[in-house]
Amino acid sequence: MRLAIDHRTLYRFSAPQRRLVQMLRMTPQNHHDQTVASWRIDVDCDATMRDAHDGFGNATTMLYVAGPIDAIEISVTGEVVTSHSSGELHGTNEVFPAALFLRATAATRADPAIARFAEDTAGGRATTEALHRIAQSLHDRFAPDTSRPKPGLAAGDAFAYDTGTARDLAQIFLVAARHLGAPARYVSGYRLSDDAGLSTPHGWAEAFVAGVGWLGFDPSVGRSPDDNYVRVAVALDSTGAAAVAGARLGEADEVIEVDIGVSESQ
Amino acid sequence: MGKRNAFDEIMGFSGAAPPRPALAALGEWLADTPEHELRRRQEAAETTFRQLGITFAVYGESEASERIIPFDIVPRVFLKSEWDRLSEGLVQRVEAINAFLDDIYGARRILDEGVLPADLVLGNDQFRPEIAGIRPPHGIAAHICGIDLVRTGPDEFFVLEDNARTPSGVSYMLENREAMLRLCPELFRELRVAAVDSYPDLLLETMKSVAPHGAGPTPRCVVLTPGHYNSAYYEHSFLADSMGVELVEGADLIVDDDVVWMRTIEGLVKVDVIYRRIDDDYLDPLVFRIDSALGVPGLIAAYAAGNVAIINAPGNGIADDKAIYSYMPEIVKFYNGAEAKLPNVETFRCREPSALTYVLENLPELVVKLVDGSGGYGMLVGPTASKAEIETFRAALIAEPQRYIAQPTLALSTVPTMADQGLAPRHVDFRPFVLSGSDGVRVVPGGLTRVALKEGSLVVNSSQGGGTKDSFVLMDDGASGSAQSQSADGQTQTMGSMSQNQGGAA
Repeated sequence: MRLAIDHRTLYRFSAPQRRLVQMLRMTPQNHHDQTVASWRIDVDCDATMRDAHDGFGNATTMLYVAGPIDAIEISVTGEVVTSHSSGELHGTNEVFPAALFLRATAATRADPAIARFAEDTAGGRATTEALHRIAQSLHDRFAPDTSRPKPGLAAGDAFAYDTGTARDLAQIFLVAARHLGAPARYVSGYRLSDDAGLSTPHGWAEAFVAGVGWLGFDPSVGRSPDDNYVRVAVALDSTGAAAVAGARLGEADEVIEVDIGVSESQ
Repeated sequence: MGKRNAFDEIMGFSGAAPPRPALAALGEWLADTPEHELRRRQEAAETTFRQLGITFAVYGESEASERIIPFDIVPRVFLKSEWDRLSEGLVQRVEAINAFLDDIYGARRILDEGVLPADLVLGNDQFRPEIAGIRPPHGIAAHICGIDLVRTGPDEFFVLEDNARTPSGVSYMLENREAMLRLCPELFRELRVAAVDSYPDLLLETMKSVAPHGAGPTPRCVVLTPGHYNSAYYEHSFLADSMGVELVEGADLIVDDDVVWMRTIEGLVKVDVIYRRIDDDYLDPLVFRIDSALGVPGLIAAYAAGNVAIINAPGNGIADDKAIYSYMPEIVKFYNGAEAKLPNVETFRCREPSALTYVLENLPELVVKLVDGSGGYGMLVGPTASKAEIETFRAALIAEPQRYIAQPTLALSTVPTMADQGLAPRHVDFRPFVLSGSDGVRVVPGGLTRVALKEGSLVVNSSQGGGTKDSFVLMDDGASGSAQSQSADGQTQTMGSMSQNQGGAA
């Protein structure tokens, strides 16, 4: 499939900012089932941009803007040619041994309720089938919540609700998989979806099964990612893979508008 | 095991007069200087420290209290030959620490070859994946190391702990020496003591030597402090002052186009080398803790681009982690090819079931430490602990064995120390400072001696009732036997261009 992405992020500040520094993880990389045909990041003001990679091997763009600045729009547009290998990942840029992704973070701390859920659902071992059951079971258990995820909500706390955002379900999946001994990581990216209303960045999970490799799981839909997905960044949790990490100089409130369009291009 | 007296560094194994032959002059000084005079000088030194504001905060106490660390007037002394052998071991260890950091954030050869269990690194919070793949300028990550040592005999040193993040205490080394020069000038006539006051110059040289290649002939160096609320703020300002470089806070620096700039009244000035006294977590909110207001947004991007040197490099915590410590002999051998010259204290890794069993059976004889603790917090000293304390630790060990290591209690050396009842032996440890620049590794001839002021105590941490002493490194072994008569003005001698003299400016 050939997917066209149009991702606009508009920041408006209640008072002018003296400086803005952001690290963008907004550029997908090629792998066996994903070829980036074209990609660009534009901003609507004077800015300098520097491309690099973060510690996880994700492509990054540092964005520096000197103020005064009271609004900025970042627009990311591009086309990606996708296919799929039934959830298996091949040819991804792996900079760490899989075991690194057994590590917990503040948002993915080990949690007794999730651990019990994982054991009950998986029957103890982290096989491919068991991980699929966990993703499916999370999908069944939580009603979808398409609002913006609550900042800093940890997986253990999210597990107590009956609705969940894609991010929260993915982070619960990470805690469950790691509890069973499977390295697991968060993926941020895009998904072509039928519901027109979906305009938040998407997030899902990948888990490592010994003898098989890395596999994708999307607990928000209960299936593996396929050629409707564009994989952008991975990390230990959603914060590490966030599209934007930013800091600005100046006292002000900010309003963020995000508009994401994913469509099949002809 | 037969019980032998702790080695007294001045008196020898007997613990009483006569002193070790090479230190006869010091022994005479101790015997001849009246106790009230020693106490007067000690109080004068502490008054100066209080005026200077060399205080530290005691964490875990209800009211935020600032104290000075007690100072003891009796120095500890290393003979030249002892120091030379110790230095070789320190250089070897610090070279291995730098090689380890270069490897672990790069090719990870040491994991591939199975020298270290991979999960010990990959699952360790001190291993920072965020900065993996970044190679610091000149390949040096641990520019300033403080290696904590204990001693059990003239040439028997054991490494207790490596400090490769932001080791503090160097201001005590310098201020203690200043005080000794002022208050006990006669000692520096009796003994040829190597100077330590060149430390700020050596540090500045080290910083300049690791400047990024594009920095030009006069790289701009700064000291980055979290601010004056930090307990080591005195040291931050002291070092910046004595190096003649700017002391800055995060808000004074900005990053633009992957380059670090300092705001000054003349405008922006490019910064090449940052000696930061801010923990990794707070260094750059874009990469580490997003709620940090102490750091510099974009700093890691500038570092990754090779445009700034950060001293010490971020991620160094993996090298001084207590779980990794127990593998240091293997690490030294892996990178150096030879056996470690400086041994570790024997260490039981409680994550290993057989070690845990041994530790649980021998708690009253052992020292138990948290793998990720510091400053003497979360520590059990078996021989001096109450039954209840031992049982608390037993429960903790059983619950989370991987968080603990245990070590035998060593017969730590003592040095005569002014106690309530007069001079008495007190246990000491030692932190020498080792500098690594692009031109090699240097050990400053001196360091921080910490002394456990309570009789029999082995805990020297300042937060737990420890004090400090000056640490003399002699420039020769054979001290002149005859006592020199003291000149009235105390200013008549110099002992060679390198030795410490009262002027202080070697």
